[in-house]
Formats: sequence, C-alpha cells, structure tokens
Amino acid sequence: MSDLYNVSSGPHVRDKYTTGKIMAIVLLALIPASAYGIYHFGINAAILIVVSIVTCVLTELVYEVIMKQKITVKDLSAAVTGLLLALNMPPAAAWWMPVIGGVFAIIFVKMLFGGIGQNFMNPALGGRCFLVICFAARMTDFNYDGITSATPLASIRAGEAVNLWDMITGNIAGTVGETSLIAIVLGACIMLALGIIDLKIPASYIISFTIFMGLFAGRGWDVSYLIAQLAGGGLMLGAFFMATDYATSPITPAGKVVYGILLGIMTGIFRCFSSSAEGVSFAIIFCNLLVPIIEKLTLPKCFGKGGEA
Amino acid sequence: MSKPIERLYNGVIKENPTLVLMLGMCPTLAVTTSAINGVGMGLTTTVVLVMSNLLISMLRKVIPDKVRIPAFIVIIASFVTIVQLLLEAYIPSLYAALGIYIPLIVVNCIILGRAEAYASKNPVLPSIFDGLGMGLGFTLGLTLIGMIREILGAGAIFGFRFLPEGIDTLTIFILAPGAFFVLAVLTAVMNKVKQASGKASDPIQCSMEMCSGCMNTECRGRMEEIEKN
Repeated sequence: MSDLYNVSSGPHVRDKYTTGKIMAIVLLALIPASAYGIYHFGINAAILIVVSIVTCVLTELVYEVIMKQKITVKDLSAAVTGLLLALNMPPAAAWWMPVIGGVFAIIFVKMLFGGIGQNFMNPALGGRCFLVICFAARMTDFNYDGITSATPLASIRAGEAVNLWDMITGNIAGTVGETSLIAIVLGACIMLALGIIDLKIPASYIISFTIFMGLFAGRGWDVSYLIAQLAGGGLMLGAFFMATDYATSPITPAGKVVYGILLGIMTGIFRCFSSSAEGVSFAIIFCNLLVPIIEKLTLPKCFGKGGEA
Repeated sequence: MSKPIERLYNGVIKENPTLVLMLGMCPTLAVTTSAINGVGMGLTTTVVLVMSNLLISMLRKVIPDKVRIPAFIVIIASFVTIVQLLLEAYIPSLYAALGIYIPLIVVNCIILGRAEAYASKNPVLPSIFDGLGMGLGFTLGLTLIGMIREILGAGAIFGFRFLPEGIDTLTIFILAPGAFFVLAVLTAVMNKVKQASGKASDPIQCSMEMCSGCMNTECRGRMEEIEKN
C-alpha cells in the first residue's frame, strides 16, 4: 500500500522552523537594538546584557537539573528572555539587578507554570515589573555619562519640547534597548520578512494607541506629539518583540486584533492617567492575563457549523 | 498518641490551617508584613479559638441544631470583642497594626470551621486542645510568612534590621504580591514534605461520623461513598 493511504495522528503539517530556530531569529533581530544600546550607553549596557542572558540560561538549566526535567536550554528561549530583560533595564542599573530579575522571570513566571509555552505572562516583562516594584528609584534612574536626564516621555509630560530626530535615531535617555526607533524597526522587519511574527498585533497596538492618544491625551491630533509618544519609551520594543510572544498572545486572527487594541488602550491609559510617564510593560502583562478570555471569545466557527440552517 | 497530643499535632502539622487547609487567607495575606504582626494575629486568633471551642463544646448539647450557626457566631463575636478591648487597652501598638483584622476574626473560617467540625461534636478537653493546635498552627504559618516577608522586604527580623543602611531590599515582599509569593512557596514546600514523609493517613480510619463538615482534605469524601455502599 502506498504511503498516501497511511493514516496517522497529527501533526500532519510540519514546518522547517523549530523553536530553537525561531528564537535564534528573534535574537538576531534584537542585535541592532542591543548593539545601538551598547554603542549609546557604553560598557555598563554590555555588562547588563551578558549578565542577564547568562543568569536566565543558567537558572533554567539549574532548575531543570534539580527538578529532573528535560533540559530545554538549547531552544534559546531563556536567552531571549534574558536579552529582553536587559534591554528593558535602565543603562545605569547595577549588575545584580538583572540577576534578581532573571531568576524571578525564569523560575516564578516561566518554570513554575510548566516551562516554555506554558507561561501565562511574558517572563522578561514579569521580571522587569518585579524589579520596578522592588527598586522603584533605581529602575527609573535614567542617567548616563554622569548626567541625570529625563526620558523624552517624562519631558513631554512636563510640557517640554523634545527633539524628534533624536528620538527616532535613539540619541535619548531610556532603557538599554528602547531608545533607537530605527534599530527596533530594522529588527522587526527581519522577523516580519521571515514570518516569525504576525503584523496584526503590533499594527493594531500602534494604531489603537495613536487613536487613543489623539482622543484623550489632551493635545489633540498634534502630529509631532503623537510621533514622540510612539517613538518614546518602550512602545515599539514592546509592540514588536514582547506583545508578540507566542505563549502569551492569542492564537486566533480576530483575537490578535482585539489583543492589540486592548494593549493600545491600556498603554494610553497608563501614559495619560497614571502617576508614571511610561506604562508599556504593565499594559502588556495586564493584557497577557486577558489572553485566555480573548481566545475563548474569538474562537473561529468549526467548518460546517456556521450560518443559518 | 493521647487525644490532646494528637489534636495538637493535627493542628500544627497535619492539618495546618494556613499551609494545608488554606483557611483564614484574608488575615494571612493582609497582616503578615512583619513577623511580629504575624505572631500577634496568630496568638489573638488562638485565644479566641480556644475560648470559643471551650464554650461551644460545653454548650453542644444545649444549642439546638437548627440555630447552631448563629449561636456559634454570637459566642465567637463575644470573645473577639473581649480580646479586641484587651488589646486596645494593653498592647495599643499591636492593636493599631492589626486594625480592622481584629474584628474580622469573627468571620475567620478557621474558628467557625473548628466549632462546626469539632467542638460541637466532641468533649471539652479535646476541643480545647483542638483549638490550641489549630491556633498554634495558624500562628506558626503567619509567623513564617511574616518572617520571610520581613527578611526579604525590609532586611529585618522582628523589627531588628540586620542589613546595613543603603542596601536595597526587595520591597515587593512587604507589599501585597509578596504575600502571595511567600504563601505559594511555603505551601509547595509543605506539600513536598508531606509527600516525602508519604504513607498518608489511612482515610478509612476517620474519626468523623459523617463527611459533611469534615476538614480532612486527604480523604476527599471517600468515607461518604463507603457509608452509602
């Protein structure tokens, strides 16, 4: 009998991408942002990145050895978590901060819920928010080159003018990886071109955020203000690299759009009405919690069940 | 094992209200920002628990079955009021720290649970020790959680700071999320210990007459099935 008649259980369609390959591409796509961060902020940024990646990978390895689980370090997901965590740290952070954040992200957010694919919240952002709550002063201290400077978002909030060109190239204060819009978009293009991420989430996120800010920020449809809000802070990094995390974003096409819109609204609410100028990471982890409900509500109809009888 | 010792062991280890039965979560999560608060809340609850178990066990043949819950609540509320006034008079600092959670002891499910499941069916002496065991178990759980949160969140034990000034502590642990982290980890450790010591008690040797109101989580109503057959 021909192989064509051989019926087996799924999966029937296999892709050339493995988890390891996808994660390697994500790491590759993060190189422009990381490289710019190191160039812009100097050696401490490089130390943060290395310490963070090593911590995350080692934590996962040690946890799996102690718990006698399958070693999954080779799929590079822990390295991606580590790199994203470092890119979300202020450049002047002490070396032990990514250690604490990385251990928390891997053990409490990822491994205790079952490891890769089972976490309900983006581990890197979980780690970052843990650090923000623990060390509020250190995590919002954005000085570099010995100069304490406000992030563009804080400046806009205070009513000061910002240089838009500097915000797009990245010559501003901010976390290690979020400053350069060009570097982030370059990385995002790599992932989009290779089909790693779907444009639905970032696009609906950015569009709904822009509309929200236009309506409620009290500055009307001031284009330079809206561009500054989009280019400032972690919005782009979050939209392309963290909101699109497979395990913590909806899988249904309609759900992705709903999720993106919710992200835009939440980020807008945090940026306009909360006490801090930035709110991307809290918006993303909050919407991560809503993902199961979004998926349930946007489940596509089964073939043959739709329409009127 | 004699009955009182067995009751103490049951309350502190086997059916620890905080880490095994998961009862009284509201004060557990809310007041354990420091070890001393944990001890204070635990001991306050212990006093109420012992006294209410004592009185309810004495009155168990007098209280009509239909109105037993209101009767229990009146007894418990009286003792809570007494303890609250005593605390306010003699330990005002603790009274201020525990705040609204003192009157809320009335609705603490450990106390009503023990009254319903044990004291209303058993003689006075075992009931006292049951209350004492459960209270000490609660105190132990709260003190552990409070201690860990204080060490990690404030770098101190019982108010004595052992870390030099200028060293950062993990502030999140004295905030609300820290309570959940510590409780979850302690429960996991407790389960691991129970699993390791293994050979869980034989559910057939149940001292209860019926399953409703029984607090033994290991049996999971198997006794009821046996009764039916």
